[in-house]
Amino acid sequence: MKDAITVRNLKKEFKAYSSRSGLKGAFRDLLTRNYKIVPAVNDISFNVKQGEMVGYIGENGAGKSTTIKMLTGILTPTSGGVIVNGMNPHRDREKFVSTIGVVFGQRSQLWWDIAVQESFRLLKKVYKVSDEQYESHMAHVIKTLDIEPLLDKPVRKLSLGQRMRCELAAALIHNPPLLFLDEPTIGLDVLVKLRIREFLKEINKKYNTTILLTTHDLTDIEALCERVVMLDDGKVIYDGALKSLKEKWGEGKEIEFQFLEEVELADLNKITASSEVKWEKDEKKAIFTAVVEDDDELISLLIAKVVAALKIKDINIKETSTEEIIRNIYDRGIS
Amino acid sequence: MDKYLEMIRIRFLMMLAYRTNYYTGILIYSINIGAYYFLWSAIYGEKDAIEGMSVIQMSTYVAVAWMARAFYFNNIDREMAAEIKEGKVAVELIRPYNYLGMKTMQGLGEGVFRLFFFSVPGMVIVSFIFPLQFSADLTTWLFFAVSILLSFFINTQINLLTGITTFFLFNNTGLIRAKRVVIDLFSGLLIPISFFPNWAQDILKYLPFQGISYVPSMIFTNSFSNNEAIQAIILQGVWVIILVIPIQILWVIAKKQLIIQGG
Repeated sequence: MKDAITVRNLKKEFKAYSSRSGLKGAFRDLLTRNYKIVPAVNDISFNVKQGEMVGYIGENGAGKSTTIKMLTGILTPTSGGVIVNGMNPHRDREKFVSTIGVVFGQRSQLWWDIAVQESFRLLKKVYKVSDEQYESHMAHVIKTLDIEPLLDKPVRKLSLGQRMRCELAAALIHNPPLLFLDEPTIGLDVLVKLRIREFLKEINKKYNTTILLTTHDLTDIEALCERVVMLDDGKVIYDGALKSLKEKWGEGKEIEFQFLEEVELADLNKITASSEVKWEKDEKKAIFTAVVEDDDELISLLIAKVVAALKIKDINIKETSTEEIIRNIYDRGIS
Repeated sequence: MDKYLEMIRIRFLMMLAYRTNYYTGILIYSINIGAYYFLWSAIYGEKDAIEGMSVIQMSTYVAVAWMARAFYFNNIDREMAAEIKEGKVAVELIRPYNYLGMKTMQGLGEGVFRLFFFSVPGMVIVSFIFPLQFSADLTTWLFFAVSILLSFFINTQINLLTGITTFFLFNNTGLIRAKRVVIDLFSGLLIPISFFPNWAQDILKYLPFQGISYVPSMIFTNSFSNNEAIQAIILQGVWVIILVIPIQILWVIAKKQLIIQGG
């Protein structure tokens, strides 16, 4: 299958000016300014195949948005190569951008003062979409995203959730084979989030649309992406399946117990002394958590021991959540 | 081309979305024209003509200069500055069109809107109040039409240049204001260029500003002979072409070192 995105040794450096302190410093800044070169994206490489949905994650300031801006042709890379849809995004910008759709969660691309449908009409002309194409494609998009009643309202009167759905529809007017979503679900409620996710899955299936998604909401990634690319400090620190990320860094399973009687940590440690378990206690809710390796034998043995010794109100077996794994990686690094 | 025409339509809609601006605009322009009319009639006093212009020619000059301004004037420099400062320019750059071309079209949409819904009705109102002299000569009107179109382009190009400087300066409010004053003064909007001292006229000859207001107004008031008018229009055209060069150069540099502000 063809690669939708190829990134080779991509690098972007910014000049970061620093102001001197005090009045004297401010006057000196008038003449010469201090700056240092800061790499925002430092030598990254990855490929995305046509039809893949890839989550692009990383802490704030890791360089996600900068990468997206280079992939969409807004910024020029300092060095390295980017080929998207077979083109150099920055050099062939005007031709290139008609093959992509972009949603910036934090910026509106609709015209603020005019009705949504007027924006759509302009975009339709801008992307040279024929009437038939528009009718057949957009009728479906509008229905799925449920934005029909919003079309004649000016954008400034829409709520955030309403606006985001319109933004998404606007990015899809020309039915692009590649979609960049930069935090598309920021600040949205659960229902809107779910609807947007369902919709993205659907267009991915229907048109084999490639989707590159950055977000801080990992449930988005879990719901949509099989593959994640993780960025830290301008470098790719993980590129692979979400599942193996979990297997590799997930720290076993957690079993939560609630007991009918008063129990001390020491008791539990005594009961399970023969197996390798770490017990933790949540003081407030009186929940005891056993952290064990992800091994079915071990887990059933542990439960058997505890149940034999104590009266139980509730048991809950949990996998380490992606969120926790990612948090651990952010905290401690990949090693 | 379709998309550019559509952009003009969108601008129309946006202008209509803010009707109050439009009405106050007419009021402000009428007041300005009135003030200048009384000022000039006081200056003329008993005199028939100053620098070859009669008092009626003068008041027509003032009225036309302001009405033409409604057409060529636009705020795209301020808009660009805002878009760049807020990082909205990122959104513009992911669209398959030429950003500067689209901005020009937005300016044109605004200009055409004001010309028909603002200048023309305004001119009718003003002509009831003050003695103005309209030419009956069709060629004058033709020259005038070509001339204000060119003044629109010169003014817009200067605005684009000012707007692009935001990429380098990050905050150019002062520059934008200074530019506006310079244009109003040196384009002959406030005082006809022929009233300037000779040395200043000589300098202004080599600058693009008189192509913005002085030329169309002089054509309209029949203060130029046909030959002079043609020469002046050609000079306007030359300026339009010359100004393309710095714009393109600055634009290429700006895109290379573009920083999107605010994430």
